[in-house]
Amino acid sequence: MHTGFLTIYWRDMIRFVRFRTLLISSLVQPALWMAFFGIAMSANFDRLGAGIPIVPGSIQVPYLTFMGAGVIAMTTLFTSLFGGIVLLFDKNWGLMREILASPLPRNHIILGIGLSGMTKSFIQAFIIIGFGLLIGVGFFAGFAPVDTIIALLGVMLFVAVFSLGFLFFSAAISISMETPEGLQGIITLLTMPIFFASNALYPVSAFPVFLQELSKWNPLTHLINGIRYFAIGDEFYSIGVHYSQTPADIFLSFSVLVGFAVSMFLVAWWRFRVAVVT
Amino acid sequence: MAEDGNIIEVKDLFHAYGDVQAVDGISFAVRKGEIFSFLGPNGAGKSTAINVLTTLQRLQKGEAMVAGFDVSKESQKVRESIGIVFQEVTLDRDMTVWEILEFHGRLYSMGREERRTRIEELLELVELASKRDVLTKHLSGGMKRRLEIARGLMTRPIVLFLDEPTIGLDPQTRIRMWGYIQEVNRQGTTIFLTTHYMDEADQLSDRICIMDRGRIIARGRSWELKNTLGQDLIYLETSDNDEAERILGSVPDVKSIGRKSKGLLVMITADGTHLLPVLIERLREKHIGIVTVNLKKPSMDDVFVHYTGREIRDESQEKQSTAPGRK
Ligand SMILES: Nc1ncnc2c1ncn2[C@@H]1O[C@H](COP(=O)(O)OP(=O)(O)OP(=O)(O)O)[C@@H](O)[C@H]1O
Ligand SMILES: [Mg+2]
Repeated sequence: MHTGFLTIYWRDMIRFVRFRTLLISSLVQPALWMAFFGIAMSANFDRLGAGIPIVPGSIQVPYLTFMGAGVIAMTTLFTSLFGGIVLLFDKNWGLMREILASPLPRNHIILGIGLSGMTKSFIQAFIIIGFGLLIGVGFFAGFAPVDTIIALLGVMLFVAVFSLGFLFFSAAISISMETPEGLQGIITLLTMPIFFASNALYPVSAFPVFLQELSKWNPLTHLINGIRYFAIGDEFYSIGVHYSQTPADIFLSFSVLVGFAVSMFLVAWWRFRVAVVT
Repeated sequence: MAEDGNIIEVKDLFHAYGDVQAVDGISFAVRKGEIFSFLGPNGAGKSTAINVLTTLQRLQKGEAMVAGFDVSKESQKVRESIGIVFQEVTLDRDMTVWEILEFHGRLYSMGREERRTRIEELLELVELASKRDVLTKHLSGGMKRRLEIARGLMTRPIVLFLDEPTIGLDPQTRIRMWGYIQEVNRQGTTIFLTTHYMDEADQLSDRICIMDRGRIIARGRSWELKNTLGQDLIYLETSDNDEAERILGSVPDVKSIGRKSKGLLVMITADGTHLLPVLIERLREKHIGIVTVNLKKPSMDDVFVHYTGREIRDESQEKQSTAPGRK
């Protein structure tokens, strides 16, 4: 097997650890979200949800736990959407010429960037989980050690496929754009609907119908479903809303993410095949 | 279309950026094992031609073959056969000297051992061994250029493209670079280089194409090109240049006479040391005073001026004095 993508991966990771401020801010930022937004909002939401009766025997999950999954998903989304921007800088600074003129198959550039972005998302997810557990996020509550490991692997699998999808997307846009401002514009335009038409921070059941429909097609919703299924459980209550997922639901969510990643890879591949740099 | 012994063949190549016809129909062939150069002023279309041959730009019109592969249809194969040193600095500012070379070796799937030994060899060669762990942003302009040349030599390609390789280097370093380039060439790599330095084309290359405004206006070996200007060149300033031109024009060994702002440039087909006294005598007889005389062998500069009707423009001077780089 050609391992050229590891070369791209290696270089991107060098840069990741070399730019200290970027590294540290990308690690601290998700923790700050948890700390400020999470703790502030959970007081509100838990009070709202407190009066609603629940089915006896099912688990009531505090808001902090509910949104912990949302913060992982959101962080993965942002990191991945911006993950391709290095390609744009490489292009503008002439560094992409070396790579494009080399025999490295172009799909390996996409794979390498995908792999390094995925690694960054893993690191961030672990930080959020670790920090979350410290401040009282109830992930893996009552799980045996083996179950915890399986749950972690499940979360990682979902994060991996989801991040690859958006990294490929980001790579495709970056190689086609002229300026970072253009890329930033597109990303800002996209993050809003993706983020708010999802169940990251609040339940979608009270949304208007078309937004509910939209959220069903939103990869972010499927990522969050996966994370909650593995980290919290297949059935729970939060903010007065009942959540229940069968393995079939989760398989469907996973399939949607895989489909998304594969199609984004194909788009990126096409963009790279026709890419020219001057 | 490949003919034996040719490593690059280009036929009727055109390339435009919008309205700008950067390459305007060029055809040429580079033979296996030679050093071939494109000499021309800024904007002549040299880099554009290189970009097309190295598959960085799509071939718009014409045919091009590099190392036996069609540039437009077998671009992957072409990329496997070539190395390039770009005109602009293309070093990641935040990688070390060693990392730059390591990355390049990996891009070309060189084995680990081969990579390591080659990097050591090259760092010695370009005298950057002591800078191994320095970030490239902390190198001087000339060191960056040396590093880029080392990078181009890493993979021992079949054809090495050098786009203005010695831009921004001091004279000693330039001469050393020529040495490396010739050494790599001796080891079997065909070199395609572009330059707007006359002496570089002259000293380094086996064959030269003079390019101007997207076209090849002259080609041949350095001495062949110079010989088209005759054996020697005589520059004269006289009290009456018009009359002098008329008189000298009738001398059999005078090939042609060019007008300069203050004097005449006389191309002769005989040995100047013997002909010059004769010419001076002719002018004296007609009472034309001579202000300045200069006898010299034609240089590439003269060749360029002869074919284009103008000096290599002054921008090249500016480029020479500023270090290469985007910053
Ligand atoms: N990316 C581009 N977009 C538009 N025009 C371009 C581009 N690159 C080059 N040109 C134009 O094409 C012409 C040829 O440029 P090119 O870079 O090939 O010249 P060159 O011979 O390499 O010059 P130099 O000695 O300055 O490097 C110039 O008129 C230039 O303005
Ligand atoms: Mg150029």
